[in-house]
Amino acid sequence: MTWGLDDVRVSFGRRAALDGVTVPASPAQVTVVVGGDGAGKSTCLRTLVGLVRPQAGTVRRPAREHIGYVPATVGLYPDLTVQENLDFSARAYRLPAGQRGQREQQLLERTGLAGVRSRLGGQLSGGMQRKLAVVLALQHAPDLLVLDEPTTGVDPVRRGELWRLISGAAARGTAVVVATTYVNEAARAASVVLLEGGKVLASGSPDGILRGVPGAVGATVRTGAGRPGPLSWRRGTGWRVWAPDGELPAGVERAAPDFDDAVVVAELAAQAQR
Amino acid sequence: MTPVGALAEAAAVWRRFGAFTAVHAVNLSVPAGEVVGLLGANGAGKTTLIRLLLGLLQPSEGSVQLFGSPPSVAGRRRVGYMPQTLGLYDDLTVTENWSFTAAAFGVRAALPASIAGVRNELAGTLPLGTQREVAFAVALAHHPELLVLDEPTSGVAPLGRARLWEEIRQTADRGAGVLVTTHNMEEAQECDRLVVMADGMVVVGGTVADIIGDREVAEVRSDDWARAFAVLDAGGFDVQVHGQGVLRVTSGAADVRKALTTGGIDAAVRMVGANLEEAFVAIVSGPAGP
Repeated sequence: MTWGLDDVRVSFGRRAALDGVTVPASPAQVTVVVGGDGAGKSTCLRTLVGLVRPQAGTVRRPAREHIGYVPATVGLYPDLTVQENLDFSARAYRLPAGQRGQREQQLLERTGLAGVRSRLGGQLSGGMQRKLAVVLALQHAPDLLVLDEPTTGVDPVRRGELWRLISGAAARGTAVVVATTYVNEAARAASVVLLEGGKVLASGSPDGILRGVPGAVGATVRTGAGRPGPLSWRRGTGWRVWAPDGELPAGVERAAPDFDDAVVVAELAAQAQR
Repeated sequence: MTPVGALAEAAAVWRRFGAFTAVHAVNLSVPAGEVVGLLGANGAGKTTLIRLLLGLLQPSEGSVQLFGSPPSVAGRRRVGYMPQTLGLYDDLTVTENWSFTAAAFGVRAALPASIAGVRNELAGTLPLGTQREVAFAVALAHHPELLVLDEPTSGVAPLGRARLWEEIRQTADRGAGVLVTTHNMEEAQECDRLVVMADGMVVVGGTVADIIGDREVAEVRSDDWARAFAVLDAGGFDVQVHGQGVLRVTSGAADVRKALTTGGIDAAVRMVGANLEEAFVAIVSGPAGP
């Protein structure tokens, strides 16, 4: 990996926020950091861009002017217009005017923001604000793009548009790290880190994580009655069952695990270890 | 006391705000024992429809029934609501939050065992996952017959989500109706039935399989995903990365093949069944692709 976190530990007071966390970030690849609220995703990203200093481990990142970072709080000025936000950000990165025109126009057209240049940032819908924030972070063609939950609460249409923008940046060679609570977004990545309680539950390629699910996962449609066993959980109108030893109970059919199952199995395995 | 038929029902309901029509001839019913998912892009009219069902807004036309009568304060007492922001008082303890809500609904009930362990903690200081459990328990304090949940498991890891859905399902199995709004397609798949809104109208309804129907997307496999992506993206296709070296495009295979060939890209293209998210985006965006 070119950039990223290697075996990083971060503590806030006596609380360990990150405990031996490794997050790769390589050119032309998207790394997705998946976890629920409080898993440590933001701390990971803030450490990567240099806003948090780790107690141990290695952080590799390009020089600050080659990083684009969008915090979970969106990262634009609500009382400036779209154009003023673009101008301000371009000046902050000392972008020569000649380098802006075409690239900026392309980004705005791609995101449907070209028609609202004179609108105040704060008057855009939530999804449009997220898109503008990503455009601002891409304006200086960064080597490393770091996005903290860009799609949380965004509807699936805008989420698709955002991901087109993110994948497009990777296709042009940028190293991208994205934090998300949506497990199915792992499929959009080349590299996935599952985080819980500041620790890595599993990491690797999406296919590798699915192949690495230990034991067997089964599906059953039994209704009405309660949980079929301690290592089982609801999925749609039926249940999933995990057999660590690969021996599923009678009447439970083996199922190919998806990301959701892989994450639940990793969570159950971590619970069993505690 | 539960009437036969729907707990909440909108029949040919319209709601206009000046010249803007927020809800357009909508029919929706939430029967006892069923979990109904209400999907739609932001601005599709979901929140207005829920406010109409609860009687917080009056319809411009059409009729709304809550427990068989026009919505009223008495009807709303039989509804439990959990907003996405949870609706807890951060600077009250869990017990105080519980007692306050129980008193507001005029019921006396002991704190459930599931949250008794944190009874003396201030709600605002609890981890978000625990706050969500508390909020859910509080929403159920008065044994509502209709439960309205807004993104109930936003930010919750999959195991926690599955556990909360176990409780939602038990509530439905005991006879309550549940109406869920969500942008999370994994959560949507937990519902018995989905209703999709766009531009104030119900555009499709049914099970996940009904919504997806026979929709297909083009799957593109290429050793050079980045160039294939760039060519399709520049060509105006709705292209998404879906696995390593795999792209999915909401268009016909012939158009996609043609664009890739013109761009000098070697790739395998075939049509595959769409997933719920792809079907949803296609439905609410209208005919897609170039």
